[in-house]
Amino acid sequence: MKRRLLLLIPLLLFAVLVVFLYRGLAKDPAARDSALLARDFPAFSLTTLGDPSRMLDRSLLEGQVTLVNVWGEWCPTCKQEMPQLLALADHGVRLVGVDYKDTRENGRRFLDEFGNPFEVSLFDPDGTLGFDLGVYGAPESFLVDADGVIRYHHTGYITPQDVDDVILPEVKKWQQ
Amino acid sequence: MAAMTRWLMLICLLPIVVLSGAAALAAIEVQDFDDPALIQRYEDLTSRLRCPKCQNESIGASNSPIAADMRARVAALLRDGQSDRQIENAMVSRFGDYALYDPRLDTRTWLLWGLPFGLVVIGACVVAAFVLRRRRLEDRESGIDGLDEHERRRLEALTSRHDAGSQARRNDGEAP
Amino acid sequence: MLIRIFPELGHFALILAFAMAVLQAVVPLWGAATRRPLWMAFAQPMAWGQFTFLILSYLSLTASFALDDFSVAYVANNSNSLLPWYYKLSAVWGSHEGSVLLWVLILSGWSFAVSVFSRHLPRDMLARVLGVMGWISSGFLLFILLTSNPFERLLPDVPADGADLNPLLQDFGLIVHPPMLYMGYVGFSVVFAFAMAALLGGRLDSAWTRWARPWTNVAWAFLTVGIALGSWWAYYELGWGGWWFWDPVENASLLPWLAGTALIHSLAVTEKRGTFKNWTVLLAIFTFSLSLLGTFLVRSGVLTSVHAFANDPSRGTFILVLLGVTVGLSLAIFALRAPKVQSLAGFGWLSRDSLLLINNILLVVMTVTVLLGTIYPLLLDGLGLGKISVGPPYFNALFVPLTALLCLFMGLGPLARWKRMPGRELARRLAVSAIVAVVTAAVLPLFYGGSFSLGVTLGWLLALWLVLSLVRDVFDKTRHGRSDKARKGRTRLAGFRKLTLAYWGMVLGHLGLAVTIVGVAMVSHYNVERNVRLAPGGSVDVGGYQFAMTGLRERRGPNYTADTATIEVTRPGRSSFTMQPEKRFYVASGMPLSDVALRPGLFGDLYVALGEKLDNGDWSLRIQLKPFVRWLWLGALMMAAGGILAVIDRRYRRAPRRSAALQTHEPMPSRLVPPSPTEVTS
Repeated sequence: MKRRLLLLIPLLLFAVLVVFLYRGLAKDPAARDSALLARDFPAFSLTTLGDPSRMLDRSLLEGQVTLVNVWGEWCPTCKQEMPQLLALADHGVRLVGVDYKDTRENGRRFLDEFGNPFEVSLFDPDGTLGFDLGVYGAPESFLVDADGVIRYHHTGYITPQDVDDVILPEVKKWQQ
Repeated sequence: MAAMTRWLMLICLLPIVVLSGAAALAAIEVQDFDDPALIQRYEDLTSRLRCPKCQNESIGASNSPIAADMRARVAALLRDGQSDRQIENAMVSRFGDYALYDPRLDTRTWLLWGLPFGLVVIGACVVAAFVLRRRRLEDRESGIDGLDEHERRRLEALTSRHDAGSQARRNDGEAP
Repeated sequence: MLIRIFPELGHFALILAFAMAVLQAVVPLWGAATRRPLWMAFAQPMAWGQFTFLILSYLSLTASFALDDFSVAYVANNSNSLLPWYYKLSAVWGSHEGSVLLWVLILSGWSFAVSVFSRHLPRDMLARVLGVMGWISSGFLLFILLTSNPFERLLPDVPADGADLNPLLQDFGLIVHPPMLYMGYVGFSVVFAFAMAALLGGRLDSAWTRWARPWTNVAWAFLTVGIALGSWWAYYELGWGGWWFWDPVENASLLPWLAGTALIHSLAVTEKRGTFKNWTVLLAIFTFSLSLLGTFLVRSGVLTSVHAFANDPSRGTFILVLLGVTVGLSLAIFALRAPKVQSLAGFGWLSRDSLLLINNILLVVMTVTVLLGTIYPLLLDGLGLGKISVGPPYFNALFVPLTALLCLFMGLGPLARWKRMPGRELARRLAVSAIVAVVTAAVLPLFYGGSFSLGVTLGWLLALWLVLSLVRDVFDKTRHGRSDKARKGRTRLAGFRKLTLAYWGMVLGHLGLAVTIVGVAMVSHYNVERNVRLAPGGSVDVGGYQFAMTGLRERRGPNYTADTATIEVTRPGRSSFTMQPEKRFYVASGMPLSDVALRPGLFGDLYVALGEKLDNGDWSLRIQLKPFVRWLWLGALMMAAGGILAVIDRRYRRAPRRSAALQTHEPMPSRLVPPSPTEVTS
């Protein structure tokens, strides 16, 4: 009998493997949590999109919950995302933009055309802040709490559904 | 976009394929270092770090913009005099463990690194068990069970001398 | 009018083939279980019919491609009216749907071959083998019909032209690579079917291994060639000169190869010695299961997909169900029916038996390592432990020592005798080989590269050890009575004649591995790579060669435009030659592609890829020297040839007579209930 059980081992191992493969099917292998979750927002020193002489740093994000959105004029999905960001601003969420690898001219035109939901947009032409945030494609959004700690990361564009289902609840959660 | 998706689809379905999400071109880029040792380390590092945006490519091979950013950062940190470990840490803190092709040994990966060694040890035990059990059997078959160690060695020497002559005849054609 | 009807014709033929596959799956197995000859005889005509209709179906799809019928979605997505005709024909397997059709066609081809070449098998055995293959075929045909129909129409909005075949696939390597690979993958279904038939028939003697061995060798040889072609293709087509990336998709093809290599050896032990019976059956199941697993990994997108690619989840689920049912059932049958008592043949520490056992263990460890590395990210993710990557550094770190260990024992294997081999005699026969191997390997890198290199020494050491021990073995085996010096020449010749093809197959296969190892060691350590900027008129020195760009022109291909650089390569004291790397832009798909210029040579390639046009008008170029890179594939071809050589051995052609004698015996009763423990142990 013991030997018969031994012969069952391959079957059992295979069953375990199938369970994992099945779970793998439902998962998106490209979806990853940011490595910066629960860590301080990286330090930066950047000018704003509107004013080349105005330098801002990390203290910008302290004091209240902020949604930092990385965007660029060159990014088509960013355009699709703007209505949702405007809606979030209407809900009273504080938004800060990072104009990533862009030119001032294009960035300003973009906001003129699609609306400006941001309290302020940081200008990051070399992508240094984007790099420190581990951004590998715009748009990406980071929710930062009142202490300047990253609490939630959204890759890809925020759909109208995401606004109500994900973003607003997260904002509420960290406002308390 | 449709063409891109289709293309990605193709790639996923190919029998043997490994490629970028961006273009079918390997990155060809010129990085200059003063120290030839740095060139070696640069090549080594860029082949060990994974492009976060691509399907399965090192940053050294990928043509995507984020890989180019990462290469530039690796080169800058190398010129800065940082160690390989420090540079890897810099990437991991931004892009997560995903960025390392060479997973570090920790609680999550001990099975990954340990199982092959464990299996070799188990395999050695299996061989030993087989031979010890079967040698007894063989001895019983051939009736030399009653011999002591000295007698057995003499017998072995005698039979091997005999075998050497007839060995060619016996052995040929027995290709595994 | 005829054009319009081809897809429907093909679809209909596919449905008929499916019906026949189901009959082939059910009737013969039932017939074998209830011992009805007529039902068992059903297997062959069904296999033939299925093959015929699949050929029809396949030709219909090919016709749709040849005739540019863009109303067929698959054609519209993978072809273009400008595509050269030969690529139109190979585009049939350029994407998912068509490649599964090819997969099934090849499977039915193997069934057909079994039914033709194995008529001498006992009737119930053949019925079971074909029945099992019928099950696999039904599963995949159903998969095609339900989720991946290549004949789907785009009506009424027929596109004016197709989206074109992926430029990477517009290449000779990709014409031949998938069919070879599938021949291998699918070919392992034959040995799987034999193992299952043996289990089901309660006939787990060594007879089945004898029948299955040639099939396994052929499938393994195809897989070897397929993998080598894939590697070669990646080398010259992807533009950065790598030949193995440890990508999940590559690993998917390496896994059945490793398991299949173990299987070839364990089949030998079981046939010759009647031992390791259960293990061999298990390996046969594993090998084919890994082929199926590879199919799943490649086509479901669990490992390589990016989020831009919305995979059809029904496909992944369907293949997983197929995989689960096939492998689960076969392992369950194995657990229930495998004999509990192993045959009792003894062997000593040093014997061919023990060395083959070690070979099997090491190959299985290698298989598990590759499998583990490939799916570990998936396992961790499944447990919610985050995403990690497992890449080349991991695989290289483990594969090199395991290969070294394997080769160490591999050198001993051919010289050792079955059952028992006195260590002193083995040492005496191999001492010279070992010393020569160590010394040569230690000195070689000094001469070649100017300094000592552990990796190169290890590679040469292993290769020389394999080669020299084989040479010694051939030398010993062709020697007759040493005293008879006068007739030495003649007896030596007679000795050569007496060695069988199977033996030479083994020698060639092992030599092939040695050649591949040399290739790996040399190209990994002496690879020279330089990324440079060049403008027309400029030149650069790399590895003793001077590369001068003498011209740059634009060119139009059938379905692309290209920038072609002309590079004049000179080396002091040698005549110069030109290389023409090209950067293409495919019009229909809008994709760029770098067409590498290669100067192949037995002892090294020159490799030049054209990169981007830089801001100041320079071009970036990647220039590489790839010493011994051809040896990689040369070795693989030798391995494959060895596998084939062993098959054409007389031994297998003699088979019909022998098993005709077997057939006169009453076939063993086949039972569907497992034997009771008392029966087995008694």
